[in-house]
Amino acid sequence: MAMAAENSDATADRLASLTMPEGSGWASAARGAALERLQMMGLPRRRDEYWRFTRPDDLNATQAPSAAVLHSDEGSLFSDVDRLNIVFRDGVFDAAASDDLSGEGLEIERLETATARDIHWSKDVYGVLEARGQVPVQRPFAALNTAFATDGIVIRATARVSKPVNLTYLHEDPDSDSILHFVVRVEAGAELTVLENGPAAARFNKCMEIDVADGGTFHHVRAQGRDHERRAVTHLFARLGIGSTFKSFTLTVNGVLTRNEAVIEITGDNAVAHIAGAAVGDGNFHHDDTVFVTHDAVNCESRQVFKKVLRNGAVGVFQGKILVKNGAQKTDGYQISQALLLDEDAQFLAKPELEIYADDVACSHGSTTGAIDEEALFYLRSRGVPTDEAQDLLVLAFLAEAIDEIDSEVIADNILARLEGWLVRRRG
Amino acid sequence: MLNIKDLHVKLEEEDKVILKGVDLDVPAGAVHAIMGPNGSGKSTLSYVLSGRDGYEVTSGSATLDGADLLELDPEERASAGLFLAFQYPVEIPGVGNMTFLRTALNAQRKARGEDEISAGDFLKLIREKAKSLKIDADMLKRPVNVGFSGGEKKRNEILQMAMLEPKMCILDETDSGLDVDAMRLVSEGVNALRDAGRSFLVITHYQRLLDHIKPDVVHIMANGRMIKSGGPELALEVEKNGYADILEEMA
Ligand SMILES: Nc1ncnc2c1ncn2[C@@H]1O[C@H](COP(=O)(O)OP(=O)(O)OP(=O)(O)O)[C@@H](O)[C@H]1O
Ligand SMILES: [Mg+2]
Repeated sequence: MAMAAENSDATADRLASLTMPEGSGWASAARGAALERLQMMGLPRRRDEYWRFTRPDDLNATQAPSAAVLHSDEGSLFSDVDRLNIVFRDGVFDAAASDDLSGEGLEIERLETATARDIHWSKDVYGVLEARGQVPVQRPFAALNTAFATDGIVIRATARVSKPVNLTYLHEDPDSDSILHFVVRVEAGAELTVLENGPAAARFNKCMEIDVADGGTFHHVRAQGRDHERRAVTHLFARLGIGSTFKSFTLTVNGVLTRNEAVIEITGDNAVAHIAGAAVGDGNFHHDDTVFVTHDAVNCESRQVFKKVLRNGAVGVFQGKILVKNGAQKTDGYQISQALLLDEDAQFLAKPELEIYADDVACSHGSTTGAIDEEALFYLRSRGVPTDEAQDLLVLAFLAEAIDEIDSEVIADNILARLEGWLVRRRG
Repeated sequence: MLNIKDLHVKLEEEDKVILKGVDLDVPAGAVHAIMGPNGSGKSTLSYVLSGRDGYEVTSGSATLDGADLLELDPEERASAGLFLAFQYPVEIPGVGNMTFLRTALNAQRKARGEDEISAGDFLKLIREKAKSLKIDADMLKRPVNVGFSGGEKKRNEILQMAMLEPKMCILDETDSGLDVDAMRLVSEGVNALRDAGRSFLVITHYQRLLDHIKPDVVHIMANGRMIKSGGPELALEVEKNGYADILEEMA
């Protein structure tokens, strides 16, 4: 497949600005293969089927557009969670600010350490799930990430790990451009929670590959940083074994450009995959959730719950697909994407897709765009609740189905507090 | 307490006049009932008093203890002590009944310059009031009115009234959809709130409710105005003969 000339120029320029980190044989091979994939497909163009609603230009650019650092008096998220905290500063691991890379039931290492080893478990995951996720839809930024990621962590859970691993992404340099790669392997019957919090950089490219073995459980909750001008393109690639559970929730508050892709492949019977997101944007905010869930096993359940609250020119995008392969009987697939537009300037673009090749399945999807329910607003006000407070209650109610996807109460409370902060700051 | 003078109201969106000169005076401590044929404007009157959008007051006035209601936002009217038990209570998915009530109660207290109620006191209070209305803990936790039966919704309205302790309570067909036992519960709830400083305006189609909640005055509303007022016997007359006689007599 040949690239169009303009695209190949853009790709060549971008590649010329990047240096591939050193590593052992397998790691260099994985990075080299990713580079080849990227060269084959080229960086995204507006006319690509899954880039019609989101301009890739700022993500493609050789130089990251700068982003002012937000100085917030809001407390750091998840600080009341008993966690293993790992800190990145503008995309560079900060050992001094981080907890020891160790924990019961955990093997945890910096990416450069793991990829320097001749033999390492992460070899079976690094770039492997990403490569699988390139078909049938290309994800050039993920290939770029695998090839050029400069830092990251590899985490292997061998038992039920009680302390969440918290990745804290600080943004301090207004011109930082960061590429981080994470590899997670949840072994059979093990359990792990990964939290992510922060803007990370002016421009952030993050890829996380998550391999959940039979009977494993993986929970993921992230809050993308509040810095208004930040840009991010992130990918989650998950592969689920028999009877495993995967649950992911993302809160996005602010950010001029966010593209969150999730590619979930259910390969083992009786597995459960839930992916949810709540995004709230005001003004110069473009948020894109692009999700692809593949059912390739029997009796599995998947849920996609994405809610967006938009105002003042903010744009929300949802591209979500459920693919049920031939033989994936008894699939229970659910997808809902909804936007609450707080004024007439906001916009929601949705592309929900179902593709089903099995005959004994129950799949449903729905996408709605709506405004605040005036009847409900009046009812609340008639009981004495001031208009702005009543509206906030209704906004939180709208988001509730997504937030309900977070199992841990203390983590959900952190997310709620951040949302409430956003709402309160926007009161007249 | 509630004074309405020559109130004229039309729909904002269309040239349709609904209230055509309503006069009403409900003194403190009194219970007044309004009966009247479907479409006569009873609910419209209650909505206009509570400040719902979509209506335009073209003339007349409505005051609560001297304060001009029509100048106030709905939430200010509530804090001033006005309460409407809706004919059709609204379902609010995602907002828990308890959260809703605590938010409302505290908002009203704040507006009146009072302290917020503590979580413990609130819980005690709501449990006690819910119990007397046979509203179980599950209903308190569920989203406001979502999946409630018709009768449950009406009981929930009375629970809100009992918690918020308004001074002017308007009940719009609170009896419709209630079974005999629920009707008794609701009436008891209302009667327990009767007080020299609290007034009620009870809109109903059925005399039966007025057996439980004894009104001081009964008004008949037709075609956007009060056409006749009298004692409780007026309700009995309506129950027996319908509205035809009264309408004819007034024509
Ligand atoms: N928003 C509206 N749009 C159009 N017509 C309306 C609107 N609100 C009220 N009306 C009309 O105004 C009239 C009075 O309605 P209202 O609901 O006040 O009557 P009601 O006396 O409460 O009747 P019921 O006994 O059936 O509850 C009716 O003819 C109704 O159709
Ligand atoms: Mg009515």
